[in-house]
Amino acid sequence: MGRRVLTITSLIASAAFALAGCSRGAPAGEVKSLKVVYQKTDSFTALDAMFQSAKQEFEAAHQGVTVELQPIQANDDDYGTKLALSLRSPATAPDVFYEDTFKVRSDVDAGYLLNLDSYLKDWKDWDAFDEGAKAAGLGDDGGTYAVPVGTDTRAIWYNKKVLAAAGVRLPWQPRTWQDILDTARKIKASDPSEVPFNLYAGKATGEGTVMQSFYELLYGTGSELYDADAKKWVVGSAGFTDSLAFLKTLYDEKLSVSPSEALDANVWKKVFGEWLPQGKMGATVEGSYAPTFWQEGGSYEWPAYGEDMGVAPFPTQKGQAPGGVSMSGGWTLAVGSSTKAPDLAFDFLSEALNQKNSLAFNIASSQIAVRSDVASDPGYQAANPFVKDVSKLVSITHYRPATSDYPRISAAIQEATEAVITGSQSPEQAAAGYDAAVKGLVGDHKTVRK
Amino acid sequence: MTVLRPRAASPTLRTQPRVRRWVRLLPVGPAVVLLLVFLAGPVLWAFHASFTNAALTGRNARSPGWVGLENYGRLLADPVLPLSLALTVLFVGGSAILGQNILGLVIAVLMRRARRGVLALVGTAVVAAWVLPEIVAAFAAYAYFSRDGTLNQLLGGIGLGQPDWLYSFPMVALMLANIWRGTAFSMLVYRAALNDVPAEVTEAALMDGASGWQRLAFITLPMIRGSIATNLMLITLQTLAVFTLIWVMTAGGPSNASTTLPVLAYQEAFKFGDIGYGTAVASVLILIGLVFGAAYVRLLRDTKP
Repeated sequence: MGRRVLTITSLIASAAFALAGCSRGAPAGEVKSLKVVYQKTDSFTALDAMFQSAKQEFEAAHQGVTVELQPIQANDDDYGTKLALSLRSPATAPDVFYEDTFKVRSDVDAGYLLNLDSYLKDWKDWDAFDEGAKAAGLGDDGGTYAVPVGTDTRAIWYNKKVLAAAGVRLPWQPRTWQDILDTARKIKASDPSEVPFNLYAGKATGEGTVMQSFYELLYGTGSELYDADAKKWVVGSAGFTDSLAFLKTLYDEKLSVSPSEALDANVWKKVFGEWLPQGKMGATVEGSYAPTFWQEGGSYEWPAYGEDMGVAPFPTQKGQAPGGVSMSGGWTLAVGSSTKAPDLAFDFLSEALNQKNSLAFNIASSQIAVRSDVASDPGYQAANPFVKDVSKLVSITHYRPATSDYPRISAAIQEATEAVITGSQSPEQAAAGYDAAVKGLVGDHKTVRK
Repeated sequence: MTVLRPRAASPTLRTQPRVRRWVRLLPVGPAVVLLLVFLAGPVLWAFHASFTNAALTGRNARSPGWVGLENYGRLLADPVLPLSLALTVLFVGGSAILGQNILGLVIAVLMRRARRGVLALVGTAVVAAWVLPEIVAAFAAYAYFSRDGTLNQLLGGIGLGQPDWLYSFPMVALMLANIWRGTAFSMLVYRAALNDVPAEVTEAALMDGASGWQRLAFITLPMIRGSIATNLMLITLQTLAVFTLIWVMTAGGPSNASTTLPVLAYQEAFKFGDIGYGTAVASVLILIGLVFGAAYVRLLRDTKP
């Protein structure tokens, strides 16, 4: 019996080797198609439109080359996973793909991205890109590996009607955390059925929990998440505990959504689609892309959003300088390191991000432009009533630490917020739990007490 | 192929039956190859990966290194592991071994006496859940148990409280959903088994004055022991592997309150990109499945006369 198994196994092993040998034989010279992978959802079709247009232009200019568009229908988290899985093997890796800025560094580390320095040198459009935004495409070695398509900022979006009904003076601009609580309590008192001020929390909303809630709090206390100079994660800060305590107050006094609503991964759909348009929510912290959902053709069309909604920078804890906090993310296009036709792939990338396509994309997805010739375009500035307000926030914005430890650290923060809003831990306990988790993840020597 | 070479002095005598045995194995060859490539292959790969620091991104994605038992050491120290193990056992025990198994048997027994109309109705209702693709069943269950879902509307209609099932009692909701989805399988297995119980034996017991319960406990159940063991093995292994249902309904939350081992493995491997650690969790799951499998196989062997 044992021998038989051995024979069968060795037969299969030799067959596998033989087959693997066959697949290597393909000639590398004649590339006839480019594979492009990107994200597309029901509420996010702007990128698809951009690539469709680029595909037409590109195929017309390059006879005999077909561009194979492969949109992935998934949320940001799942898109990242799916993309990383396809990048693992040269056989499935795309030639050009849409890449989240905070994954650029770790994917460069993994060897998935092609260094673009030699191509960018000869691309005259590259000078039109904003210097700050260019930094998002840098790898640890200082080379550029990705080209930004747009960025975003985060602010308080409030429903003027709800605030006015509660007797809040408009335009509303909270100066401190206390101002937020005061206003929220006022709204609650005037109509207990409304959600006065929403901040996301818990693991269900993923990066939304940290980008559109916790970091606005944390970076407004004077603390930070990561000491970029020392390359160490900050633990034991008072700001961290204060931020959790603020969330606790908000949830305990029912000023935000209920914990069970917060822990539903679809809560943001209700925020955009029901609560704000129907005047059941006073305010929420959301990205500069919020108007995409409400404008014509968006998933929750709301013709009156321009008049009914207002936007305000998120305040610092006690009103300390610079007086406001914002967070920025953004996406890039990158070329796969295993592409067989790097020249064609970069040509396609530059076609996709030319002024015309960038402009259409930035307008359709309410992204903040990273090309100066797009930012100055009158069409862009008139895209929605809030472009100016949210673009200004670039001056007070923060970026996530783009290290490969970051996703786990972010998850640890999300866990801490979940423990606090569900009441299973006090802010102090949850902060201590976070500190322990961070030390466990990156090791004692990569943390610093502040 | 040294194995095929005859060792003895008189080749013709010995080779003949050997060759014939190999030829007889030929028809199952493709099946064996498929099993090895698609079943044993991934399992072996998972075991191997669990001893490395393979990752989805970062430096370790480029050149994963051998880390020995580090992943398992970390797993043992992980506070989520005991919780996850307990939840997995609860989920399998509650929804498969108790829920699907007993409910399936009860329905099968009752259906023997049911009228034709009732039979068709119950049969269709139970099998409908089984026919649904897992993702559809999961969304249906989510819609049923969610805050404004069907269940709460029914409860509200008769003036009872409307708890938030997926938040306050995630495991209860998940187990009920899994029972709903999986009972049909047990029911079908038991209906087939009950049909094989000869009527004469039951009638003889009836003549001896055995009550309904006695007939079930001393005649019917012992006679379908084999089917019970087979059914238990299949539904246990199926339920151990349930992922879609949990991921869609609660995604393991709130606060890990429904993170069974498959959910934990997925989170570690794909959400955090730590494939080495994720496969270590998966390996533990495989081992648990093996233990259950071995226990049932023993049970099956003992039931054979």
